[in-house]
Amino acid sequence: MIIDTIVGIVATLGALFVLFAAIGFVRMPDTYLRISVTTKAATLGIGLLMVATAIYFDEISITTKVLAIILFLFLTAPVSAHLIGRASYFIGIELWDKSVMDDLKGRYNKITHRLNSESDKNNQEFED
Amino acid sequence: MTINEYIEFIILPILGVSIVLVGFRFLMGPTIADRIIALDLLITIGSGIICIYSLFANEPVLLDVAMILALIAFLSTVAFSYYLKKRKKK
Repeated sequence: MIIDTIVGIVATLGALFVLFAAIGFVRMPDTYLRISVTTKAATLGIGLLMVATAIYFDEISITTKVLAIILFLFLTAPVSAHLIGRASYFIGIELWDKSVMDDLKGRYNKITHRLNSESDKNNQEFED
Repeated sequence: MTINEYIEFIILPILGVSIVLVGFRFLMGPTIADRIIALDLLITIGSGIICIYSLFANEPVLLDVAMILALIAFLSTVAFSYYLKKRKKK
């Protein structure tokens, strides 16, 4: 009975996090903000759902499997978010028009994809 | 209310609504990067639904499917972003 209550609470938290991630994914105005919402909230929500499953079954083999899934999810979600954000910056997707600043503006070489610390001079050298 | 009824009538509908919202963005996404992120999020939420369904149906074998789905989601995102970066601009 107590285990059922704990499973219910944890599963509710996880489902709510996933729901908030979905709402934010629809409501956010920009591709980069959507990437941020997806990575943080969905990872935590799915992790809580998996923890609820592990608590309910209460066996060593299932707990190990669930821990492997959670570890893999926590390792790969930031990597994939970084990759897709970098690719979408290269193909020229614009930021939200109310964004305050763009730190990477003029620092990436468009052809070789190298990142410079200075903005203007080196970039002109690259373009020559 | 047992845990099975709670999962069937509250948790699974919440996850279904979130799947529908993400699918809306998958259809309406203005850029191709939005669609790729939406696909990633769809597969991730799908693996969560498989986990909760294995709890509901009392069959822990289904957790293997969730693990494989999480692997495939990461692989597809990496491949799509690689080809997006290599694509020639018009």
